[in-house]
Formats: sequence, C-alpha cells, structure tokens
Amino acid sequence: MTTLAARAPGARMRDPRRVLSLAWTLAFTDWKLRFYGSVLGYVWTLARPFAFFGVIYVVFTQIANLGEGIRYYGAYVLMSMVLFQFFSEVTNQSVTCLTARENLLRKMRFPRLVIPLSVVMTALLNLGMTLVAVLIFAIIAGVTPHWGWFELPLLIALLSAFAIGVGMLLSVLFIRYRDIQPIWEVTTQMLFYASPILYVATIVPEEYQRPYMANPIASVLTEMRHSFLDPTAAGAADAIGGWPRLLIPLAIIFGSLALGIWAFRREAPRIAEHL
Amino acid sequence: MASAGVSERNKRPAKPLLALTRLPVLLDEDRTASRAERLAAAPVAVSVQNVSKTFKLPHQRYSTLKERVLHPFRSRTYDELRAVQDVTLEIRQGEFFGIVGRNGSGKSTLLKCLAGIYEPDSGSIGIAGRLSPFIELGVGLNGELTARENALINAVLLGLTRTQAKERFDDIIAFAELEDFLDLKLKNYSSGMSVRLAFSVAIEVDADVLLVDEVLAVGDAAFQQKCFEQFARLKSEGKTIILVTHDMATVERFCDRAMLLERGEVVSIGEPHAIARAYNELNFGRLLHEAVDESRSGTHRVAEILEAWFESGGERIKALAQGERLGLAMRVRFHEAITDPIFAFTLRNDIGHTVFVTSSMLRELDTGTFEAGEEVTVRVGLEHRFAPSQYKLTPSVARAGGGADALDMREDLASVMLHATKATGGLLDPEHSFEVIRG
Repeated sequence: MTTLAARAPGARMRDPRRVLSLAWTLAFTDWKLRFYGSVLGYVWTLARPFAFFGVIYVVFTQIANLGEGIRYYGAYVLMSMVLFQFFSEVTNQSVTCLTARENLLRKMRFPRLVIPLSVVMTALLNLGMTLVAVLIFAIIAGVTPHWGWFELPLLIALLSAFAIGVGMLLSVLFIRYRDIQPIWEVTTQMLFYASPILYVATIVPEEYQRPYMANPIASVLTEMRHSFLDPTAAGAADAIGGWPRLLIPLAIIFGSLALGIWAFRREAPRIAEHL
Repeated sequence: MASAGVSERNKRPAKPLLALTRLPVLLDEDRTASRAERLAAAPVAVSVQNVSKTFKLPHQRYSTLKERVLHPFRSRTYDELRAVQDVTLEIRQGEFFGIVGRNGSGKSTLLKCLAGIYEPDSGSIGIAGRLSPFIELGVGLNGELTARENALINAVLLGLTRTQAKERFDDIIAFAELEDFLDLKLKNYSSGMSVRLAFSVAIEVDADVLLVDEVLAVGDAAFQQKCFEQFARLKSEGKTIILVTHDMATVERFCDRAMLLERGEVVSIGEPHAIARAYNELNFGRLLHEAVDESRSGTHRVAEILEAWFESGGERIKALAQGERLGLAMRVRFHEAITDPIFAFTLRNDIGHTVFVTSSMLRELDTGTFEAGEEVTVRVGLEHRFAPSQYKLTPSVARAGGGADALDMREDLASVMLHATKATGGLLDPEHSFEVIRG
C-alpha cells in the first residue's frame, strides 16, 4: 500500500456519488432549518411570492391592463415569478455561499463543487414546495392538466443549469471582488423587468423580438406559457423565429455553465486561503 | 539550540518515560525498541518532500471590482508570509507522529497542506490510504439541529456514506454517552457535550491516516481519558496518526516521533522526549528574554543581577516535593563599590500572589562592602511547606537607605514547580498539630 499519489485539493468530482450525497446533506439540512420550530414555515415560504403576486396582479390587471386578452394571465405571472425567484435565489445565494461556509472550507477537505451544488438543491426544494401551491392555483384558475406539463421539469433543468453556471462564476468572483454582491442584486432587479414576467414576450415589438428572446429566461418563460398554460400561445421557437434560433439561448445557458465550471475549477484549490 | 539536533535515527530509549503521568499508562508495553524497529521497517504512509507554502497578505484586504475598473494598472502590494518552508518528512504506517511548535510556527498550515485544504506552492505530498480530515472537532455541527441529525451530517462530511453513517449511529452515541440527549438541539448542549459528539463521530470514520489538531484541550478528564484509550486502539490497529499539540505530556506519552517547527522550518525531528525538551527551551528561553525586556527595573549600572535560581541539596532544580529544603539564590555583580547593599527575594505563585518575601534588611543583616567588579552569590534556605503550584522568583538589590528604588530587580526570573501530596486550598501547608480536647 505504498501508492503515493501527488494530491492537490480541488473542485474535482473524483467520486460523483460522494459529491451528490454531500451536497444533498448540506442542502437538505439548510432547507429543513427554515421550517424548523416554526409551524408556519411553509406558509412563510409561500407568503413572499404570493403577496407580491397579489399586488402585481391587482396593479397590472385593474390599473395598467397589461393582462388584457391573455389567457390565464394570473397563473402566468405567478408561475413566472416563482421561476424567476428560483433563479434569483440560486444566483444571489451563490454569491456569498463560499464565505458563508467558510468554517467548512477552511477546515475540511471535500470537493468544493459541493457548496454551489447545495445552493441549487436547497432552491430546488423550495421551488418544489412552491410549485405545489402554484399548480393548485392554476387548476383553480381553470387550467386543465395536460401532457404539456411534462415539459416543465426540462424547463426547470435548463433554468437550473443557467443559474448554477452564473452562480459558480459569481461565487469565485465574490472572493476577489466584494462589490459583486450589490452589483448582482441590481443586475437581478434589471433582469426581472427585462424578462417576460409581468407581461408576455409576444407584446415586445416585432423588431426586438428576436434579440429579446436570446435571454434564456425569456425563452424558458415563453415556452412555459406555451406548454403549461396555453398551447395556442406562441412557444419559444415561434417567438424567436424558428427552432434553429433556439440554439442561441441554449448556447448562452451551456456557455454560462461551462464558464462557471471553468472559473470554479480554476479557483477551487485556493478558495480556502483566500476566504 | 544545543539539544535540538536530534537525528531521525535516534529512536526512543527502552525505559518507560511516563511513570510520573497521572493517567494510567496504556501503551507502555509497546513503547520499546522493538516497536521502533518495526516502525522503521513499515511502509511510508505520509511523505512530504520539500513542501513550502507562502501566503500573500494584500495590504488592502477586500478589493472591489470598482477599484479594479477605475485603476486597472495599479499593482496590488502585499506582504509575504512564509508559513511553511522546505519541510521534508516521512511518516511510517502505524506511527504516532507529533508536530509541535509555538503559535505561528506553521504547524497548522502544514497540517492543512497534508489535509489537502491548502495547496503547497512547491514540493509534493503523498498519502497512502484514506485520510481523515480531523482538523478540528465540531466543524459542521449546527446548533439548531439535534444530536441525531448532527451526528449523521458530520459523519457524511467526514466521508461516510449516509447508509454507513446510519449504521454506526448507535456506536457514535454510545461512545459520546449522549443517549439521553438525542433529540435535544445542539445549542442546548454544553460545550463539552458537543465536543464529545464530534470526537465520537470522527473516530467512527474509517481512515488510515488521521490528522488531529489540538483537540484534547477541551472535554473533562474522564472524556480525555476515553480519547486516549481510542488513540491507543487506533494505534494498535496500525493507523497512522499525526497530532498537532502544545501539550508536551501528550507528545511524550503517545508519539513515536515528533517534529519541532519554528518559523515554518523544521528545527528537528526525532524522539519525543528530546523534542519536548527542545520545545520547552524554545518557549522558556523566550519568556526569559521577555522578562528581561519588560519587567526589569532599576538601572543595573551599580549592581546587576546576573541570574537567579532555585536549588536543593546543592543542585539547581525545576521541581521539588513538599517537605524538602528549598534554596533561593541569585548571583550579583557590582559595577561600583558599595557598602551594605540590600538583597531581597520575592516568591509568587502562579496567580501572582506573593507568598514569601525576605531580605537582608528584614533580617537586619550587614552585608559588607564590595568592590567594583566583584561578584557575589546570595542564598536563602527554607523548608518547602507551600501549596502545590508553579512559583516564580523575583530577586532584587537595593542601596542601603535607598528606599523602594532597586538598583536592579528582575521579576519572575526563575521558576520552580513545588509539588505537594495534597492541595489543601491554603497558600501554606506548615507542620502543625491538631487536637480535639473534650470538656
């Protein structure tokens, strides 16, 4: 047993099962802590999107009349907000995730990838809980369950891939530049209005439609509208002008993921000492 | 450092070194030359070749993107801290290896390099088998969760699978003696209880090489004893253990070999007894210098205290049993002629209480006339009837009629451990009679 291997710490997935099991343990613990000791825990997680939704719904249907002529506008706004909140939660939590886990990173050896992965997992658990309420709302609002609903997991997977890519990049940037946090908060705000959440993508003027749809979030939400709510509404492919063009938002999603992984792997061995 | 040059081949002597330690000695049967020979023949478990690690300490801690954009070409300045320098080391399988050194000597950095938390700048590290990153107990424990949940999470973090963690759960809890508190949130635990939990988890994780960083300082005596028993078990199972500590008693008791680090460099590697001695010299040598710098009063231009010491039976001592004769002594050189100088001794215990003072003036002693350049030894003898403690001696010299102003006074210049068979709680334990008279 004299197999002396040169080792260096890193983000590497030498044992993917261990990475997943570790990330899951951290994520589940985090998630559970939110509900711990508070009976209303679940209600509180729902309170934020639903309260915000209530205000938005009243303002935009009764005052601004944005929802006019759009089937299930209420369900669309709610679903979009919940999905965007998921993206926002993952990326914003990722910014500080490494500093928040400082005591683990500085004291233990484990693949560093576990940390951002656990952020996504916690957010997915939250999303799952909220989606139950959203689906009930949609059914009450008159949406009939149909096969298109099975496209939802794929859309969530794409959104997760985008979020974790951006998140990993932000997490290592934050170690170097501490003003990433406010910068990203503002960026998230801007992204909220730049994505079809309070309105639908089809009201964007024709000439801007295609560049607009390059935003992966816009594509995901538009496709969600088509598959989840109203099969007669334009899907992402129609809005962007044909299937081949969908490669643009897809390239952005997987490009971010690749960039995030590259940056994270590059920084991983030295994360502990830079914290 | 005269005694520091211990060669690596200098294996331990066969005599039991630990007869004096108060804990039962578990390992002595194995502390023989044959064990040393066996270890020398064992395969290498940990190999460290010329490892160096330097930290860059930027002058400005948190740089921002804004600054980076506004001043793209401004170079960032930093200090270099050489935490570990060119350390080479081989640890054999089954060896219990101690790393000692003062604060900031680089021992924890080295351990973190071994654990794979830091990447060395140069050199290579090889570990045979599975490593338990046992760097610090209680990492990853969460106060909001119960002992049950914490044990599982900690075990997974340390490398068990979830199934294994669940299987070993009962053993973990039994060892920590926390059966009655399983569903109590950890924040309601005493610190000793959480340490017990963390230690129990850590030893249940199968590992071939264990890294232990100063963990035995916490926990009560009974639990410490259990930890030592676990170390003994791990040792008998042929595990390799690397222990970082300040406690020389632990080093001498458990380690097969030890290494002394100072300013990131290896001072010596060798037999634990010699390493402990070198460590103590390093430490107390430093304390002595500090005493000279900080707590010397008087000009010492007229009279200079060269040294002070405790003695017994004509020999200088570091420890003494109760009832023995205790001698206090100082050596003084006069740089100017002087008549009837006053010599004084003050004895303080470990919490700074003055327990004994004597001086030539109090004894109404004429000390005589001394010439410039003359040296003198001053001695006081008494019976050791003090409470057990570490005692420090402050010698001083003053001019007759000079009041409180000393020509030279060196605080806490010498120290001695005065033992006693029992601690009565009083400062003194003089010979006394005890009578109960009825009526």
